Amino acid sequence: MSDIKVAIKDLYKIFGSNPASMIEKVKNGISKSDLLEKYGHVLGLDNVNIEVKKSQLQVIMGLSGSGKSTLIRHINRLIDPTAGSILVDGDNILSMSQAELRAFRRSKASMVFQKFGLLPHRKVIENVSYGLTIQGINKQEAFEKSSKWIESVGLIGFENHYPAQLSGGMQQRVGLARALATDADILLMDEAFSALDPLIRSDMQDVLLSLQEKLHKTIIFITHDLDEALKLGDNIAILRDGAVIQSGTAENIILHPADDYVTDFIKDINKARVLKVSSVMANEDSIKGPEIEDTVIIEDALQIVSQSGSNGAVIAKNGKKIGTVSLTDMIMAIARSTKNTDSDTVYR
Amino acid sequence: MGHCYGPFLFREEKLSLFVEFPKMGRADLRDFKKGIDESFKNFTREYGEAIEHFFDPLLYFLVWLEKLFLNTPWPIIMVAIAILVYFGSRSLKLTIGAILAFLVIGYLDMWEDTMATLAIISVATIVCISVGIPIGILMARSNKAQTLITPILDVMQTIPSFVYLIPVVMLLGIGKVPGLLAVCIYAIPPIVRLTNLGIRLVDKDVMEASEAFGASYSQKLLGVQIPLALPNIFAGVNQTIMMALSMVVIASMIGVKGLGVPVLRAISNQYLALGVMNGLAIVVLAILFDRVSQKFGKRLQAHTESMK
Repeated sequence: MSDIKVAIKDLYKIFGSNPASMIEKVKNGISKSDLLEKYGHVLGLDNVNIEVKKSQLQVIMGLSGSGKSTLIRHINRLIDPTAGSILVDGDNILSMSQAELRAFRRSKASMVFQKFGLLPHRKVIENVSYGLTIQGINKQEAFEKSSKWIESVGLIGFENHYPAQLSGGMQQRVGLARALATDADILLMDEAFSALDPLIRSDMQDVLLSLQEKLHKTIIFITHDLDEALKLGDNIAILRDGAVIQSGTAENIILHPADDYVTDFIKDINKARVLKVSSVMANEDSIKGPEIEDTVIIEDALQIVSQSGSNGAVIAKNGKKIGTVSLTDMIMAIARSTKNTDSDTVYR
Repeated sequence: MGHCYGPFLFREEKLSLFVEFPKMGRADLRDFKKGIDESFKNFTREYGEAIEHFFDPLLYFLVWLEKLFLNTPWPIIMVAIAILVYFGSRSLKLTIGAILAFLVIGYLDMWEDTMATLAIISVATIVCISVGIPIGILMARSNKAQTLITPILDVMQTIPSFVYLIPVVMLLGIGKVPGLLAVCIYAIPPIVRLTNLGIRLVDKDVMEASEAFGASYSQKLLGVQIPLALPNIFAGVNQTIMMALSMVVIASMIGVKGLGVPVLRAISNQYLALGVMNGLAIVVLAILFDRVSQKFGKRLQAHTESMK
């Protein structure tokens, strides 16, 4: 249990004039639309349970209105829940006083925002050191610490620019550096890359992953983009109408979608880039081919197999053969699910 | 069409209610007004002196500033004005214009009145800023305060100045302090309103970021809200100065020295030239204050410029 960093337990959030009075109805299973129509309350989060392990990158994904931004704001209590608890390192942050909460926000959890949230009247270096100056660290020391982070997000030379003078991607680098500068072990990222164009977004994802390799922070990353979720997440929770409908690794979600909603979600993604050969492994002696590691993704395996001209590959783990995989199986695994083909062709 | 009211004819006594407004009896009304007057007079007798003493520091400050402006040799004042205008606006054109304008004012024998007006405007502006900005902050912080204060500001801005001159004069007599008070009552609403507005308009995302990093209330106020509201607050200061200047003539009716006095004399004696000259001197002051404070306000927003 000790490696659980953030535990969200039985979390409910209801928006409206008297949320507390609605909690019983929600627990008894009233639907979101009924709650709105009959009682004028909006169900924000519905019995959310998520455990985030230390040093993991937990992605919470969902479409707009699914409650993901509401959820992440509970973790540093920018929003208070209607019911439930949130434990960080075993401490319930809901029982914190205002002063304790400020200390928690200053040193334990920092945040990156979709719209950057930079201070427009302060220079890049002042923005990056904002969290430190809030803690009362003197300017010079804060600047010294900050320049290290400015370097690590690749913004050297822009220290004395104002945010308005930077492009969106660069502004979000400032946002990321600002969040990292406080040395908080938890990083909350609210659609941090959603406002960026695709190339810059992919760039920033790489920046984040390479930083994470060194820093091992506990990151909670909100996104509506499944490709982003699959690329970044050690673990992914899918949120719909305020409830978690599936939680697991990328591979797990693609191979075993919990319901039609998730199936629908994953049908358009590039499975070859997510699935590993081990997930389609069989054991047939007829298959001969090059030897590949079990953690290789199908995209790479296909290339290796087709270049060798064989009908499949031998899968090995630590140099020992553990199974085989055929070319056809790999192709079938990554082909788009054919279940709903008829209706699909209509909107395509 | 003469008989179109026919069906609505009533019996005589009922009709009178519609023709004449039902009003308070004459004696009652007189007693009512008298009662208010009496109680205010009693209040004045009771507390007038204390209230006067309360404003004493303001009076001393105003008198001191006026004497400073009047007793300092004019070339020094001129240099001081030039320096202030230049560092406020960083514009050589405006500085030269200001010097020329003041030379003409002096040459036309309006120097002393102009200095007196400058003194009262400066003090009124300082008072308005130091009272108005905290009230504006309070309004931005609490919706209750906003709904309470907004109608009071509306009254202050729209009620004819002569109406509040009555209680002010009853309470404090004729002199500099009641004049200053009258100017401030009229001139303070814009700075309160624009401080409130400026703070409320601060980007919600920036505020949320500040909150998420654990900023305390004062860190949010001083580090984020006030700096980002500054352009609006500055517009408020500018408006306050303009409105204070427009009160100069009315203030002179209750004993404030300055450019308003000759204007008042010109009205009662039909001196066209005197009135126009002093009126234009007020205009010159207004334009100078306006341009300098606007340019200064713009310079505070260096950060809004994008790529150079």
